[in-house]
Amino acid sequence: MSQATADPRLIAARHAPKRRMRLSWSDPAFRAIVWQVVIVGIVAAIAWYLISNTSENLAARHIATGFAFLDRVAGIPIGESMIPYNPAVNTYGRALLIGVLNTLQVAVIGIVLATILGTLIGIGRLSKNWLLAKLTAFYVEVLRDIPLLLQLLFWYTILQGLPVPRQALHIGNAFFLTNRGMRVPLLEWQPAHTWALLAFAIGVIGTILWNKRATRQQEATGRRPATWPVALGLLVGLPVVVWAILGAPFTLDLPALKGFNFQGGGTVSPEYFALLVGLVTYTASYIAEIVRSGIQAIPKGQWEAAEALGLRPAAVLRQVILPQALRVIIPPMTSQYLNLTKNSSLAIAIGFQDVVSIANTTLNQTGQAIEGIAYIMAVYLTISLSISLFMNWYNARIALVER
Amino acid sequence: MSDITAEHVPTEAREQQKVAAPGPWAWARANLFGSWWSTAVTLALGYVILRILFAALEWGVVNAIWTVPYGPTGIANTAVCQNAKGVGACWAVLADKYRLILFGRYPYEEQWRPAIVVLLFIGLYIVSGIRRFWRKELALIWIGTLTAVGALMWGGFAGMPLVTEDYWGGLPITLILATFGLAFSFPLAVLVALGRRSTQMPAVKMLCVVYVELIRGVPLISVLFMASVMFPLFMPPGLNIDKLLRAQIAIILFAAAYLAEVVRGGLQALPKGQAEAADALGLSYWKKTGFIILPQALRLVIPPLVNTFIGFFKDTSLVLIIGLFDLLTMGKVALSDPPWQSFSTEVYIGLAVIYIAFCFAMSKYSRSLERDLNRSRAR
Repeated sequence: MSQATADPRLIAARHAPKRRMRLSWSDPAFRAIVWQVVIVGIVAAIAWYLISNTSENLAARHIATGFAFLDRVAGIPIGESMIPYNPAVNTYGRALLIGVLNTLQVAVIGIVLATILGTLIGIGRLSKNWLLAKLTAFYVEVLRDIPLLLQLLFWYTILQGLPVPRQALHIGNAFFLTNRGMRVPLLEWQPAHTWALLAFAIGVIGTILWNKRATRQQEATGRRPATWPVALGLLVGLPVVVWAILGAPFTLDLPALKGFNFQGGGTVSPEYFALLVGLVTYTASYIAEIVRSGIQAIPKGQWEAAEALGLRPAAVLRQVILPQALRVIIPPMTSQYLNLTKNSSLAIAIGFQDVVSIANTTLNQTGQAIEGIAYIMAVYLTISLSISLFMNWYNARIALVER
Repeated sequence: MSDITAEHVPTEAREQQKVAAPGPWAWARANLFGSWWSTAVTLALGYVILRILFAALEWGVVNAIWTVPYGPTGIANTAVCQNAKGVGACWAVLADKYRLILFGRYPYEEQWRPAIVVLLFIGLYIVSGIRRFWRKELALIWIGTLTAVGALMWGGFAGMPLVTEDYWGGLPITLILATFGLAFSFPLAVLVALGRRSTQMPAVKMLCVVYVELIRGVPLISVLFMASVMFPLFMPPGLNIDKLLRAQIAIILFAAAYLAEVVRGGLQALPKGQAEAADALGLSYWKKTGFIILPQALRLVIPPLVNTFIGFFKDTSLVLIIGLFDLLTMGKVALSDPPWQSFSTEVYIGLAVIYIAFCFAMSKYSRSLERDLNRSRAR
């Protein structure tokens, strides 16, 4: 508005061709360039000084440089690995890759569980029930005020204090909780299961397509055809039918006590379990606050207006409240996801072998500290940037579209 | 958005109070037994809470053991505690080890010095929290207190024997790492935040962006590792820098990146007209920044600043991993004593209480401050 009423001569001045810079201290543009040269020069000088010191030190201590060690045999025993690994044969490169996979696994599972728990607690804080609201508030306050590392050590101690395998706590004959971790039954995988999984994937795609079709029809006719019978058939019926046609194989690999420990089934180590529990409960306390403030940021009028339009409660939440609340929630949620991922590096304190732990062992064995730390930083930077990019994309997708 | 929240909640609370006025029974009906769903939640939660509460009381108070006999060589005889394990808490471990946990391996007769240091820090926090002291002189108070802290910890004058950093430990280390970390990272953070918002100096802006994003993208642990294993390689041969100082530098550099973002938030929240008015008055960049922009912007960021500080306070516990003797590490050291080895739960609870005391006080303060500062904006 001010531009419209401004003096035309000023507008002309604003669009005037760039005036030439004077080589004088009183010219701000000149000063800016001098300052930049000085500051960048200082930073470069410090960097050069540190690098020259480092190369001198490395030479004096006969430490090798470069990433050639990645191809050498590692010899690091690794307890948990998602890919086959043998310390006598496999290389440092593979060991570090396992570390990355372990970090990613903890981060992904942790993010999913923390989001669920945090959302429940955040909604609990807004409950009309006084007891529930106070209890969840207490949870949030206490968990946020204790360092995560202390919480991890605490959980790890608790898990180590569990009974020995012979006196394991158990649910039926399937789940066993001992001081050596949790034993769970595993499904014996057969081709029929792969086909059923494939059928489920087809079902997901089919459901999405059917929903799109329903939306188009709704836009055209004003009536939305029922989608849930089709979704149920595609998502549940199709995989079950495929599984049944292929003979419905179902055998469980149950853990059983043999000697001093369990055989069979799958294991969740105490380290992994403690790390996951600690990360999830801690991050959930932050997510709860984000969810709470996100929901509170929606004015009461929005609820009332939606109800006045005759929407059902579920539709009010899904179509009116959540789309607005998510806009408030997503950005701080992103930084919590990043925090959880970075906090998973505390695994080293309780002996879970994530990328930091394995890189640390590597740098102790090879003496190549710079490469080891550079590896850790590169991994986390990549993960952080990927999560940021994904969440930014999602945020842009749900952002307010103004017409 | 937050304004709406701040306004929205109290109204609702007031309405609820109005309904609940006629007495405890009506209050309970409204807030505990409002619907059959709410009743079920109340009953289930009440049952679980009471069970846990009674179990905790039984373990922590009724069956707890507060002292143990000592053998002729001064070694604690923990047989009583071992027998009560799982039934009652053994608080005797804290009674026996609290000096070690709080003050580390600082010479026993001299431990009044770290005790005063802890009090000085608490006094510093309280003074910084009072708004009457929010003026330039506060910086002097900080410089004075931190100097006094250093003098007391090192000693070497006025009859106080010299105690080197190797013997420092416990709570003072935690407080030193967090507070010195804040004090030194703050000026750096302000510069970085100003640099990041600079429009005339793209190269400087670029440097600041890379610094902030690089640090914020990696875990603190990797920066601490850098300080403990890589830093010696950076220094000219023959120069050895103490481990505590290296960790402190790492924490300062790490904290500065996070604080810079907090400060940048304050700079962004300030109306553009302030800078334009200062320009119109013909103030130089530094005068404009120092007299007009920063005093207003920093005032805006005090609550998030306190929250960030709480984060660092907790994060200092990570120095455990590089082997520095902060509060948490001293807890673990106390637990490495053979007679007390199996009483980690008690020690961890003791440590948690200390951390909660500091963090809860600070977060409570930060929230009340936020309310007060927003009062002018609430309609």
